[in-house]
Amino acid sequence: MFRSLKILAILLALGLALPVAAQDKPAKRFGFGTPATTEQIAGWNIDVRGPDGAGLPPGKGSVAAGEELFMAQCAACHGEFAEGAGRYPELIGGRGTLKSDDPRKTIDSYWPHGPSLYDYIYRAMPFGAPQSLTHDEVYSIVAWLLNQGDLWPADKDLDAASLKALKLPNRDGFITGGDPRPDVKPDTCMTNCRTAPPKITSDLAARLGVTPTQQKAAD
Amino acid sequence: MSPPNDPSRRRFLKTSAIGGLTLVAGAGVGEAMAAGADNLPPNVPEWMKTLGPGVTANPYGNPSPYEKNTIRRNVPWLTATEESSINFTPLHELDGIITPSGLCFERHHGGVPDIDPEQHRLMIHGLVDRPLIFTMADLMRFPSVSRIHFLECPANGGMEWKGAQMAGVQFSHGMVHCCEWTGVKLSTLLAEAGVQKSAKWILAEGADAAAMTRSIPLAKAMDDIIVCYSQNGERIRPENGYPLRLLVPGWEGNVNIKWLRRIKVGDQPWHHREETSKYTDLMPDGKARQFTFVQEANSVITSPCPEKPLKHGKGFYEIRGLAWSGYGRIKKVDVSTDGGMNWRTAELQGPVLSRCLTRFRLPLQWDGRPMLLQSRATDDSGYVQPSIENLRKARGLNSIYHKNSIHTWRVRPDGEVENVQIA
Repeated sequence: MFRSLKILAILLALGLALPVAAQDKPAKRFGFGTPATTEQIAGWNIDVRGPDGAGLPPGKGSVAAGEELFMAQCAACHGEFAEGAGRYPELIGGRGTLKSDDPRKTIDSYWPHGPSLYDYIYRAMPFGAPQSLTHDEVYSIVAWLLNQGDLWPADKDLDAASLKALKLPNRDGFITGGDPRPDVKPDTCMTNCRTAPPKITSDLAARLGVTPTQQKAAD
Repeated sequence: MSPPNDPSRRRFLKTSAIGGLTLVAGAGVGEAMAAGADNLPPNVPEWMKTLGPGVTANPYGNPSPYEKNTIRRNVPWLTATEESSINFTPLHELDGIITPSGLCFERHHGGVPDIDPEQHRLMIHGLVDRPLIFTMADLMRFPSVSRIHFLECPANGGMEWKGAQMAGVQFSHGMVHCCEWTGVKLSTLLAEAGVQKSAKWILAEGADAAAMTRSIPLAKAMDDIIVCYSQNGERIRPENGYPLRLLVPGWEGNVNIKWLRRIKVGDQPWHHREETSKYTDLMPDGKARQFTFVQEANSVITSPCPEKPLKHGKGFYEIRGLAWSGYGRIKKVDVSTDGGMNWRTAELQGPVLSRCLTRFRLPLQWDGRPMLLQSRATDDSGYVQPSIENLRKARGLNSIYHKNSIHTWRVRPDGEVENVQIA
């Protein structure tokens, strides 16, 4: 028994409550949250689906307008020919390099779906000012980029229907039929596992000088 | 070291005692430690002679200033900006299996948003009967779950595909952390909205300046995904998704959308930038694997390591390390000191939880000869961590992501430790 109500009160306050009778089981639906209105959804529903372009908004853009926009808003990082700058990625080029020692992953060499380009530019670019471009501006930038990759004529406007119809060069470059892993056979050997002594194949890490130095502990 | 009675040292100590707290927090820490002979037996330590700060001095505690090296670090040359970049958990400084929230590696694509939880909303819509908007208070009313899980960036170790490059475990393996996550099951929220029969995938979207999106199969969403508001018992840290994030047990970090604002239910994946241009595994034939979500079993020895060499010559050491697997529980970890010729099974620290960092330990009597230290994890699905050679045979050199091969530390006779690769 608790010696006083005061002690009991303290225990309760600390969450050490006495057992209580089992409560009702939770309902299937709780009724929490509020219905999302059509208007609320429209403001946030920005995604555009890659393969079928579902979600592409109305509007259109031209290569010429795209060039002007790209030079003003994108070229500082991605270069005037979308060739990249410093550590900022190149956007166009490198077709045919995916099997090489130095694969270059760009819109025309690697991206499978044009509408995904629209999606990404609208949601995340320009870096630091996302969702600031109008639909026509995004279509224009996409048109210019595609034109840089010889995938879109300079004199033709780009809109939802034509972007959906466009097939990017690496459209079929992805293995999508499920995860093929595990793809390495288990090796559980415990003793005398090697036929030859280990051979060092790479030991440059200590000398490369690419690891940030860290202050050693003061002991 | 100066002799214990060196007068200059004694003078320094007296001055530092006057300096008090400022000194402890400032650059004088190393000096004070070097001068600490006056605090050693038979002398009475300085800190026993005065009162320390009281209970109001530090309403939210910080690590000891003597632990100032225990910090996340980044690799400046790796990315163009700090807002779209990554830093690394200091695995070499940590014990146990729980990563302190402030040391969890960070990966952002548009910096850390400053979100007022009162103004944060989660919208669920798409192929549902009842599109809904939840406030944080709404979400906290639902039945809660709490799980301890690792979370690993699929690019962890990605700098090592072509050769040993990073001279430290923080950089070779530090894109992983393990926390207790609390929230509401995503299946609970989806049931609330009423998922329609044709639904097969969801799209999760963050409220950051990248509006990060990933497609996730509905089956996983209905299984074990948690919509989290707490991390290690307190509200999630801003850099880890405050006030709301997904925790997708065992799956690559990138799908664990932070700052979660929207779930859209659909009948197929969206193929967005982060699941086509990035986070796909390029194979030698030029084709790329897509939607390879699971982080397969991995392990690494965290002591010794390049940051923690063997400093005491021959004799007893405890080899310590971490293992984890996105397939389930770690079943065993074998350790080799001779580059994989022979293996000994390490002790696992309990409890061993599914898809959770697991601590292993093995006693070592070092004879002072060079060693090639390795660890090899096996999980309860039967998956065994592969050698780098075998992983390369399967996937080539250019897949960037999901490198989980056995790691090798070369221990030199002087006890220094280097990152190497062997065949």
